[in-house]
Amino acid sequence: MQGAEHPPAGWDRQARNRAARLARAAPLARGKQVDAGQAVALLEALIEPGDRLCIEGNNQKQADFLARALVQTDPARVRELHLVQSVLALPEHIDIIERGQVARLDFSFSGQQAGRLARLVEAGRIRIGAIHTYLELYARYFVDLTPQVALVAAQAADRQGNLYTGPNTEDTPVIVEATAFKGGIVVAQVNEIVDRLPRVDIPADWVDFTLVAPTPHYVEPLFTRDPALITETQVLTAMIAIKGLYAEYGITRLNHGIGFDTAAIELLLPTYAAELGLKGKICTHWALNPHPTLIPAIEAGFVQSVHSFGSEVGMERYVAARPDVFFIGADGTMRSNRALCQAAGHYACDLFIGSTLQIDLAGNSSTATKGRIAGFGGAPNMGADARGRRHASPAWLRAGREARGEGTGTMPRGQKLVAQIVETYREHMQPAFVEQLDAWALAESAGMELPPVMIYGEDLSHIITEEGIANLLLCRSPEEREQAIRGVAGYTPVGLARDKRMVENLRDRGIIRRPQDLGIDPREATRDLLAARNIKELVHASGGLYEPPKKYRNW
Amino acid sequence: MEKFNLEFDSPPSPVGVRSTLCGVVSSGNLEVLVEAGEPSHVCRVEVNTSAVGFRDIWQAVLADFAASHAAGGLSLAINDAGATPAVVGLRLAQAFETSTGGPT
Amino acid sequence: MTLRRVSYFEASARARVAGLMDPGSVLEWCPPQQRHSSPHLALLDAPVAFDDGVMVGSARLDGMPLLFAAQEGRFNGGAVGEVHGAKICGLLRRALRERPRAVLLLVDSGGVRLHEANAGLIAISEIMRGVLAAQAAGIPVIALIGGSCGAFGGMGIVSRLCDALIMSEEGRLGLSGPEVIETVQGVEEFDSRDRALVWRVTGGKLRRALGEASDLVGDDVGAFRAATLAALARPSEVRDLERLLANQQALETRRQHFAEARDGLEIWRACGFAEPEAVPMLAVDDFNRQLAAGQAGGSI
Repeated sequence: MQGAEHPPAGWDRQARNRAARLARAAPLARGKQVDAGQAVALLEALIEPGDRLCIEGNNQKQADFLARALVQTDPARVRELHLVQSVLALPEHIDIIERGQVARLDFSFSGQQAGRLARLVEAGRIRIGAIHTYLELYARYFVDLTPQVALVAAQAADRQGNLYTGPNTEDTPVIVEATAFKGGIVVAQVNEIVDRLPRVDIPADWVDFTLVAPTPHYVEPLFTRDPALITETQVLTAMIAIKGLYAEYGITRLNHGIGFDTAAIELLLPTYAAELGLKGKICTHWALNPHPTLIPAIEAGFVQSVHSFGSEVGMERYVAARPDVFFIGADGTMRSNRALCQAAGHYACDLFIGSTLQIDLAGNSSTATKGRIAGFGGAPNMGADARGRRHASPAWLRAGREARGEGTGTMPRGQKLVAQIVETYREHMQPAFVEQLDAWALAESAGMELPPVMIYGEDLSHIITEEGIANLLLCRSPEEREQAIRGVAGYTPVGLARDKRMVENLRDRGIIRRPQDLGIDPREATRDLLAARNIKELVHASGGLYEPPKKYRNW
Repeated sequence: MEKFNLEFDSPPSPVGVRSTLCGVVSSGNLEVLVEAGEPSHVCRVEVNTSAVGFRDIWQAVLADFAASHAAGGLSLAINDAGATPAVVGLRLAQAFETSTGGPT
Repeated sequence: MTLRRVSYFEASARARVAGLMDPGSVLEWCPPQQRHSSPHLALLDAPVAFDDGVMVGSARLDGMPLLFAAQEGRFNGGAVGEVHGAKICGLLRRALRERPRAVLLLVDSGGVRLHEANAGLIAISEIMRGVLAAQAAGIPVIALIGGSCGAFGGMGIVSRLCDALIMSEEGRLGLSGPEVIETVQGVEEFDSRDRALVWRVTGGKLRRALGEASDLVGDDVGAFRAATLAALARPSEVRDLERLLANQQALETRRQHFAEARDGLEIWRACGFAEPEAVPMLAVDDFNRQLAAGQAGGSI
């Protein structure tokens, strides 16, 4: 039998290229270890023009030292980069673009750097491939966006190069797996080199170089919401969510967004929900970061299991002390994993609920505003019906029945519950309901093919405002859907333009339910219902195990 | 600041009005002072708000309040520092309850 | 619903008064119905309040007749303007006539209202004079500090003139606020965003350890009421020249002793706390016990 014709360059070009890079870097290293002072030289030796490069930028843990080194490299050598990373969190992630060293960018979320990024796009200084959802970007790491060089962060390394990430494992496994097994180079910054790691999160033979950073990697406390800032309106919408959605469908498996609206729900579980007799019946299994505001519900025995995307600053000791609830390694500390938790949120949860800045008449929602290219983080994967799902649950089946009707001969199928919880007006009287999302104007000004929509209207099942809850699953026409949305839009222009007769009809059919229809008196929506009214009460609820960052303390 | 006076027909309050102050003037919040007024089938409202250009929304929020409560014979004075309609509605309900001693 | 303590920190000025005093005993003077609002704020096109951010009146505490002023920290930071200040001054003058058992000042204020600074500064000095006059007439004045604005600027000075000063840990006491210090002296001097540091330096626990606050209580209106009753049961300090000189000497000694101190932690250590780092999380009762033990043991 004839063997395959070898192409002129052979079948191992990637391996040979990798060997060449390693040879260039070898003089800078002792084994795998490189001194921090050699970081810039190392990157210049390893990176080739046009490389796909990932600077590990998570929600929390940041490869900040390597990012600072990258912006000191010679632009004549390190150039035409294609950044492929989930989050642009640090100023350096934008600096490297401003320095003209980046040709193209594929990412998911840019948070604090959204304004600078938008200006660079409008000035034509950078081309964005796409703003992905997390799972989508990770998926492309294994298809057409595999990094050639990955700069990652870990808590510690041992002398062989094994890595311990600590509780903020986050993106590291997926980045390293894609890079290491496709001829790429993995460089890890660590806080320390130790003789023996608590556990191995990344095996040494997937890691090429380790550097001890002069200062520990930066971790952002992104999921801490001070209960002191929760408003009475948020208490009210939380009551509506618990009674009109969680209890109604018996939702046990869920994911929450990171806003104050959902923090209020977490803090009402041990008080309001417990009074309604819902303990054990709702909110038992979560795909969620270790939110400090979940502590009282955990302590009250509401919560059986939490898998996390990442950790949260100050929650380490508490989480480690609750191994029945969280995912804990043999070493006694948590391991998170953003890719797997996103998959869990997408396929194994019956509800996603979060907040947004704008909702249009079709139920599309977006946090995009003109002048900011921010992306959406985790919401789109979890706030989308999982069409690949094949396991049933009561909540999922009921949502499916409501959406499809009970007709004979229809194929039984469930649907995910996807809810948006908003106050009709945000602060400074910005309406949450609009005729057209700002995402359209942003797409126009930034030359994007798709307006950045966080949750598509077709995936949205419920909208909760202080005016009540709208069940979009039960709407039978686009007109009904529009009026259901207008019906909970309160005194916004969208709400004031509602067809009053049609809205009353929707209310009669239970598609719109007002607080009083649910037996909720808005005057009872006081902050006294919160299981903790400030960070200090969260610390006490944790038995002193939660150690909040100092900016959240007033003692 | 924007100031205006509004009047709404409303069922007469069946009980005497106890003058009360509800809420605090802080960012995104308001105070509502309830006093007895005339005539008995009209609810009068004096609004003093830092959010300029939202008179139509005040009109709609207060009209709904007057329609859903027996607020005739009540005179309301409001100092507002940019409260949303949700907060305004809640504060009106609280002020009504404390000044008339019960819900609708 | 489980009955919860009423948070002094979260309560409005009016709710604090309602929770502190005997039910049905509160009589308000210059009430909101009289609309004594600030003419200065109106001229500046800023929101006004019908009580200009302070409630004054008479009430009973365990049957004892009292006069009180309660500042609303959420209205313009409880800052003292012309009307606001005049209400407190008038209250203190009326105390000379009515001779109540005590005057309570529920302080929650960043100091003088910048929109009407001259009037506010004059008002503060008149309030100080009013406090001293009441005390000279044998009427104790008690300050309660546990709101979000604490007691800063002129109201910090007024608070320190009082016969008793009852604080919660959340309460703060100082002259210049943390932001002011940072702006003038730089972030190296005082990082106002380091909230833990701000409270270690200005908060109730340090003020109690230094003896500036007479009582440290939990964030609970009921605890403030109990501490007020306890303070009234104590004999008032005699304010003669000898005592003032001794106080002055004690302040001198303290200043020398803690000249290099940068943080409450160092002072807690000097006060005999075995674990200064643990002090911020100590429950109030434990704190008071350990402080008393340290003082008995001869620490500063």
